[in-house]
Amino acid sequence: MTSQAAIALSSLTKEFKDNRAVDSLDISIQPGELFGLVGPDGAGKTTTLRLLAGLLDITEGEATIAGLDLAAETEKIKSHIGYMAQEFSMYAELSVEENLLFFAELYDVPVEHIQARKERLLEFAGLTEFKERRAAHLSGGMQKKLALACTLIHEPQILLLDEPTTGVDPVSRREFWNILTELHINGTTIIVSTPYMDEADRCSRVGLMYAGRLIVCASPQEIRQRVEGEMIELRPEDWQSARVLVAELPGVLEVQNYGERLHLLVDSAEKRLPEIETVLRSKKASYRSIRPAPTGMEEAFISLIKRMED
Amino acid sequence: MKSNGIAALAQDLVKRFGDFTAVAGMNFEVYRGEIFGFLGPNGSGKTTTIRMALGLLTPTSGSVEVLGVPVDGNTHALRPRIGYMSQRFSLYNDLSVLQNLQFYGRAYGLSNHELKEGVEDALVLAGLEGREKVKTHELSGGWRQRLALGAAILHEPEILFLDEPTAGVDPLSRRDFWDLLYGLIEKNITVFVTTHYMDEAEHCHRLAFIQSGSRIVYGSPAEIKEEVMPGQVLELAPSDTGKTIQVLREASDRLKIDEVELYGSLVHVFGPQMEDKLDAIINTLRDAGHDPGQASLVEPSLEDVFIASIK
Repeated sequence: MTSQAAIALSSLTKEFKDNRAVDSLDISIQPGELFGLVGPDGAGKTTTLRLLAGLLDITEGEATIAGLDLAAETEKIKSHIGYMAQEFSMYAELSVEENLLFFAELYDVPVEHIQARKERLLEFAGLTEFKERRAAHLSGGMQKKLALACTLIHEPQILLLDEPTTGVDPVSRREFWNILTELHINGTTIIVSTPYMDEADRCSRVGLMYAGRLIVCASPQEIRQRVEGEMIELRPEDWQSARVLVAELPGVLEVQNYGERLHLLVDSAEKRLPEIETVLRSKKASYRSIRPAPTGMEEAFISLIKRMED
Repeated sequence: MKSNGIAALAQDLVKRFGDFTAVAGMNFEVYRGEIFGFLGPNGSGKTTTIRMALGLLTPTSGSVEVLGVPVDGNTHALRPRIGYMSQRFSLYNDLSVLQNLQFYGRAYGLSNHELKEGVEDALVLAGLEGREKVKTHELSGGWRQRLALGAAILHEPEILFLDEPTAGVDPLSRRDFWDLLYGLIEKNITVFVTTHYMDEAEHCHRLAFIQSGSRIVYGSPAEIKEEVMPGQVLELAPSDTGKTIQVLREASDRLKIDEVELYGSLVHVFGPQMEDKLDAIINTLRDAGHDPGQASLVEPSLEDVFIASIK
């Protein structure tokens, strides 16, 4: 890559007493990437984002953000980044508009820009009609959008978002991602952490963290390809007996229930699909459909984590 | 399956608190031996509905029946046949896993013999074997969830109501928890489960989406997708996702498409009869000088369906 990385981490490590919360992270994120940080609770996602936001001291390793050294130039970096914490603190008693103005002052936004930016962000976050409402009276989804708008008031080129959609209803979650897409298209570098595996699919690249370490870092498509085996979706009339039947067949590595359907992880879908059909027919186990299916992101992560644990 | 009989039935169920209508005319049938999902955002009326089914709240109007028995003032006879795991289950932190189960067993009034068997079964079904002596405060969120499940099935209920059992639990533990629920089904326990995680809907045999106290979609995941969004998601793999999204969003009225969204290096286009619009979409992109890449129709997620049905 010729361009300078927006964020470059080299052996980044954070220890709390006897706990290595972040363990030797090496990541290079290019300008304009929409980078997802996923992993179970306690994997180190929040600590990583807090380190990048300059809120925690680095134990070992190095990080540069927008070409600046994180340890030495923390204050300079702050104008380049927008950090939205999981529990973002807004002023509940202030209105939507007043919250934006407060953050504009906090970040030293030049007075002549404030008005225009405020209007644009209200529009962008779909909050214009609620601008006089007190933050305390907003729904959870709207509070998240206001928090994002506050994070954007100083026009940072790099956004660090810690679980911005946790606990938000599906419609607001969708709207929030539409806003992130807009920012991504306009060139903002975004790192977003999430406990929702399906959100990983919306990122251009995904880092899976587990026990403080980065165990995979690749595009969603590549992550799927790393799963050993392929998926077959079977819709039997009676899943309980079908499950017993297929679980013992050669080449079937794992059987997972999805309601009335079964997902079979097999060594080769092409080879096993006709074999499974033959067995089902010979045992008179009727089924509505059988087909090769794409590996879900959640399935991919679970299989990668299980491989780590073994 | 309906042929197995009905485990729970709600008819025009309504609950008002003052001016606020928490449940606004709810109808559902839960079949015996299935996992029935009750899905919706926080505050949509899920917990209130469960409480009425358990006889903890009296409906304003309408009725609910569990295991063929109308739930009204007197649910005494029904209680031993129902299991319930509430959102904020209480476990005794200073007791071990085994001691907690024994405590709950006695609270249910199990005899010594029933208690011994119930605890043994619960340890297996809730996947707690090997952890019997661990103190509850040492358990992680996922394990506490399992213990709460174990406590709810000690008395071998016929139907189990679980209120947001997986809230705040990490994806791996969530997956394990669903496997345990399938194990309960094999023991002929019917499961009624609420969640706000849309991806969990795929695990249910049948489900209802709830919004503002009303049911907006109802059926098996496959039926729901077919009913609400038949062939409605087109997936493109363009070389430039950003420009593709811009071009299609600008042309959305003319192309009669509802939404254009980014999925990593892919773009999803939502709207009715996408198959018929494929050519127009590809031509629009080519005319604007963009390579639309590979195009294919994909199955919508249940969250896609939920959002489409709200609109």
